[in-house]
Amino acid sequence: MSDRPLSIEVRDVAKSFRIQTDHPADRPRKDKLLHPFRAEHREFKVLEDISFEVERGEFFGVIGRNGSGKSTLLKILASVYAADAGRVRIAGRMAPFLELGVGFNQQQPARENVIMNAVMMGLTPDEAASRADEMIDFAGLSDHTDLQLKNYSSGMKVRLAFSVLTQVDADILLLDEVLAVGDSAFQQKCESVFTKLRDEGKTIVLVTHSMPTVNAFCDHALLLHDGRIDAFGKPIDVSNRYLEVNMRAAAEAEGGRDGYAARFAETIADPPIHIADAWLGADPEQRNSALGSGEPIILNAELEVVRAVERPGFQFKIEDGQGQSLFMGGAADLELEGGHAEPGERLRVRVEVENRLAPGRYVISGGGAQLTSDGTSEPATPVTALNFEVEGTRAEGLMELDHAVTMERIDSDKPVIGRP
Amino acid sequence: MSSAGGAPAIGADLPELREIPGPSAFGTDRTRFWELLWIVSVSDFKQTYANTTLGFLWTIIKPLVFFGVIFVVLRGILRFGADVPNYPLILVMGLIMFQYFQEVTTRGVRSIPNRESMIRKMHFPRIIVPLSIALTATLTLFFNLLAVSPLFFAFGLWPTLEWLWMIPILATLILFSTALGLILSVTFIRFPDVDQVWSLVARVLFYASPVLFPIEKIPEPFDVVMTAVNPLAPLIELARVVVIDPNAPGPLAVAGPLLGVLLPLSMIAFAAVFSLWIFKREAPRVAEAL
Repeated sequence: MSDRPLSIEVRDVAKSFRIQTDHPADRPRKDKLLHPFRAEHREFKVLEDISFEVERGEFFGVIGRNGSGKSTLLKILASVYAADAGRVRIAGRMAPFLELGVGFNQQQPARENVIMNAVMMGLTPDEAASRADEMIDFAGLSDHTDLQLKNYSSGMKVRLAFSVLTQVDADILLLDEVLAVGDSAFQQKCESVFTKLRDEGKTIVLVTHSMPTVNAFCDHALLLHDGRIDAFGKPIDVSNRYLEVNMRAAAEAEGGRDGYAARFAETIADPPIHIADAWLGADPEQRNSALGSGEPIILNAELEVVRAVERPGFQFKIEDGQGQSLFMGGAADLELEGGHAEPGERLRVRVEVENRLAPGRYVISGGGAQLTSDGTSEPATPVTALNFEVEGTRAEGLMELDHAVTMERIDSDKPVIGRP
Repeated sequence: MSSAGGAPAIGADLPELREIPGPSAFGTDRTRFWELLWIVSVSDFKQTYANTTLGFLWTIIKPLVFFGVIFVVLRGILRFGADVPNYPLILVMGLIMFQYFQEVTTRGVRSIPNRESMIRKMHFPRIIVPLSIALTATLTLFFNLLAVSPLFFAFGLWPTLEWLWMIPILATLILFSTALGLILSVTFIRFPDVDQVWSLVARVLFYASPVLFPIEKIPEPFDVVMTAVNPLAPLIELARVVVIDPNAPGPLAVAGPLLGVLLPLSMIAFAAVFSLWIFKREAPRVAEAL
């Protein structure tokens, strides 16, 4: 890592919850009367040995399965929960977005809520009041300022909360699953806000379980598994590990050790082919992750064969920043001359895809595959993911498609359908 | 803050690494504490009154109607209190004081779960939640007293210097009610039965306060017990002495210095200290206990 100043420093943090194992309703009444204050508790360790650092201006991803402790970690950072042990230090002011909101009050109008939350996040009441209109405006809710919040749709509430969050001048933003909600217009807005905040040197911690999101935005990432740090580092390595963890869990659910998920998990842990290098663009010396509108997407990869593979292939996938899968290709289209690949051999892969994507941030991920006799394919390497940006001003929609619109006069004496 | 666009200027006005405060009862920044208390109280106040047609008028209508009903029943039907000087005023004063106590404590019980979404998502001094309720109720208390003051003038009572004693009396009432509100708010998180228990206790305390019946109408030794055990009783008795009837028996006359003054005061002081102690102890965990 570079020696940029730290924004967040977490040392040996641990947290457990006391879970009441016998609910009061289940205990015999006599027992309750004799021991009204006694209840069976179980210590449930949610986080253990958590230490990591986030640099200033970094976009940091925290991924993990449900119940892995992601949200608890974020709540400790936000001073909502107290850690049992360890130390957390942060530089500057922090604005949290936890449990899909900032703690709005349903009974009150948007304006009051906005002001109250802005003050909670560190603005003075005067600052908050003077910025309230701007915040409501940014959320696109200027026409509904006086409505009580309970009359808002859930999407409107999230927009409003996000809007407050981005305008309180916080140095660090904590975002829990912000991209999991809202319509695609909101998600696109989030993306542009992320880019802006990053340019302003803000630190952003994003909790998600979407790997494409981590790969598209994050500089570093952390994988939590059963309350411990399972992987830390480059997003692609962390998300590969996450994929493995997920596949193992899926294999367990499948029951057998020979299922697809189990084999996939094994492959990621010990791949027959390594990806030595991968880059975007035609020229390996000029790796470029910004594409003009319509400029083809070129992915290059160099593979190293470790164990013999019968019919090597390559498959890839393009996803947008929210994890929406847009296109998948490769595998069966490809046939390596001679079929068989021997240990020690090096293979070059070149993928060229026409670019009809609307401006925005995308991830192209790919990996080596083995083609099976029945025409399907199985992964042979971990995934590599590269993010790129399609430049241009964003139009509505996901695609840029060739189109033609014409207009001409209709002879006035001819009948026109649809008009009396 | 760095300027928009480009890399952040390293070394320029960078905030230093500082240990996070963690959730707590009081927070670390005093200015922010008062700002937040104010803004949450205003929100609580608006929430209580803004959504009703009569709005804030309810704070005045409620005690007056309550007073009217009790007065009609006791005086008109039961013929009670004819021999007590200014009985309606005693009733009105006692009702307002007790209602304040009841509002702070009963609303205090569920105050933390009622602000759950805020507590689970934001970092702020936790004590602000029950305190904002006490502050709103205190505002209501003063409006109530203001609203019924014409009644006092109508009975020929005009402000005297003696009335200044109401300041320490009300301050003590506010202190005691707020302390109980704090205690109830955190104990409810652990023991949900507190809600039911408290509605019973509050009812009992009402009848154990000289509100419906002036203290001299209560036979010995109940008047002494009442004054000694229920700290609201001496406060209500004192308010009567200083504002309504200087000849009425005060707590000192009823129960003596030990039981009438020292015991109630030490109970109030204990409640105040205990409330801060328990709130401080429980505050860091309230978010996860919800």
